Amino acid sequence: MNTEFAGSQHIIEIIYLIASVLFILSLKWMSAPKTARHGVWAGEIGMILAIAGTLLHHGIVDYKWIFVALAIGSGIGVPLGLVQMTAVPQRTALSHAFGAFCVTLVGSAEFYLRTPDVPPFMMAVLCMEVILGSLTFTGSLMAAGKLQEVLPQRPITYKGQNLVNLGLLGVAIVAGIYLVLHPGAKQLFPVMVVIPLLFGIFMIMPIGGADMPTVISLLNSYAGLSAAAMGFVVGSKLLIIAGALDGSSGFILSVIMCKAMNRSFSNVMFGAFGQVQASAAGGKEERTVRSATAEEASGILAAANRVVIVPGYGMAVAQAQHKVRELYDALTKRGVDVRFAIHPVAGRMPGHMNVLLAEADIPYDRLVEMDDINGDFPQTDVALIIGANDVTNPAARTDQSSPIFGMPILDVDKARTVMVIKRSMNPGFAGIDNPLYYLDRTLMLFGDAKSFVNSIVHELSGNTH
Amino acid sequence: MGSALIDGLFVFMLAGFIGFEVIKRVSPLLHTPLMSLTNALDAIAVVGAIVLVGEHKSQLSFILGFLAVVAATSNVVGGFLITDRMLKMFKSSRPAKS
Repeated sequence: MNTEFAGSQHIIEIIYLIASVLFILSLKWMSAPKTARHGVWAGEIGMILAIAGTLLHHGIVDYKWIFVALAIGSGIGVPLGLVQMTAVPQRTALSHAFGAFCVTLVGSAEFYLRTPDVPPFMMAVLCMEVILGSLTFTGSLMAAGKLQEVLPQRPITYKGQNLVNLGLLGVAIVAGIYLVLHPGAKQLFPVMVVIPLLFGIFMIMPIGGADMPTVISLLNSYAGLSAAAMGFVVGSKLLIIAGALDGSSGFILSVIMCKAMNRSFSNVMFGAFGQVQASAAGGKEERTVRSATAEEASGILAAANRVVIVPGYGMAVAQAQHKVRELYDALTKRGVDVRFAIHPVAGRMPGHMNVLLAEADIPYDRLVEMDDINGDFPQTDVALIIGANDVTNPAARTDQSSPIFGMPILDVDKARTVMVIKRSMNPGFAGIDNPLYYLDRTLMLFGDAKSFVNSIVHELSGNTH
Repeated sequence: MGSALIDGLFVFMLAGFIGFEVIKRVSPLLHTPLMSLTNALDAIAVVGAIVLVGEHKSQLSFILGFLAVVAATSNVVGGFLITDRMLKMFKSSRPAKS
């Protein structure tokens, strides 16, 4: 029995090894759009191998329920994989919640199976797994709810909020430490699940929609770390690797997002975010803006050589990406060079704008990152801003009193003409006034993004004699 | 026992560094599919849950494991599906060489 047992165990380990290689290759191939789909295939093969290998596990006596669970999971997964591209941020948040849910459940099951024979280090990792898992679970559900707009998008804040939150987390950690020292204290375990569940809710409450890219990345990182911790608990190196990859991916994305919003990492870690209040409201003098009609705008666009379009979350809300594609076509046909300037935090998750524009069939080599396009604005005839606000606010460069001072922005104000499609003069999400709108070279195009772009396209095609 | 944990820490450390180096090179263009892909890979946690269900050591571990397999499988299937759908949409304006 012993040799046979060891033999199948080795086969499983080798299968896991191959799966690990495939997972790493999968991420490596994500570096460029050309190879990225190979990455998905590598990941899929690795996943199938790993699941098949696990079924060889000697301890498994009951296969029926495994297959039932796999089938139900697939039944839920398919519709989640077929959502609209505009719903990708909330879908991603939801899948972080599912991942964390799985990790928390397995952690709890392992605790009750093994207690009180749990060595201190193992118990510490198990506590970390459960705490991170449960706070990521409710936190991600909250984030998904805010993104789906079933929960209020506005930050909810109250006095002493950070204190309450850190206090809750502190209680959970103390419970964890107690369990490490007294692994038999079963009654404490529910505390370690429930408190972080509450913490997850409170953690996301003060966060507004514009901060979602950072928060989603952070939750991504937590989900990865909790999975890696589970890898230690169940003794799976493959899971440790996958969790470490996911954790570092989320971490890198959060750092990129933080830099793009000029926030420090600790500022985000300790939940003080989303609290950028409109402090610059005072001293409002009446300043004049120049507005233009679709006809005038299309005339200027048609006469331009170089146009840069700056999309923002407003474009996603208005579902204007397909109309923007028509505008791109109409201008390109006239020989206008059209490119898109993508700010890292435009939208609700990292890379959100790229996906929406790719969905509208805009070639990806026309999508240019902030650092690569900022130098080109002085040679740009028209910068057309669709549904973006704070990422174009020149106050971030010049006005030290502005709450977004220091945030890297797209230098649209250096273009010869700036056009802004906007519903009204109401300030953007963060409630910060944008001096860009009062520049002499700026034309405000008031209206809904989708219908305004549509009328510009209409004018452009009407003008071709 | 102790050495298995130390081994695990080595694996974690190395995988963390590899992840850091590999993901740093991912084009910002693909950050959204990257997140959905890592999410799908992360759902490899399903292997731990499968063992719980299969071993059926206690009623509680069986039920928790069952729910965990469902949750993780939905991430595997949904995650790979949407990542592939997104990546299919990214096209270059330069004609692809065949």
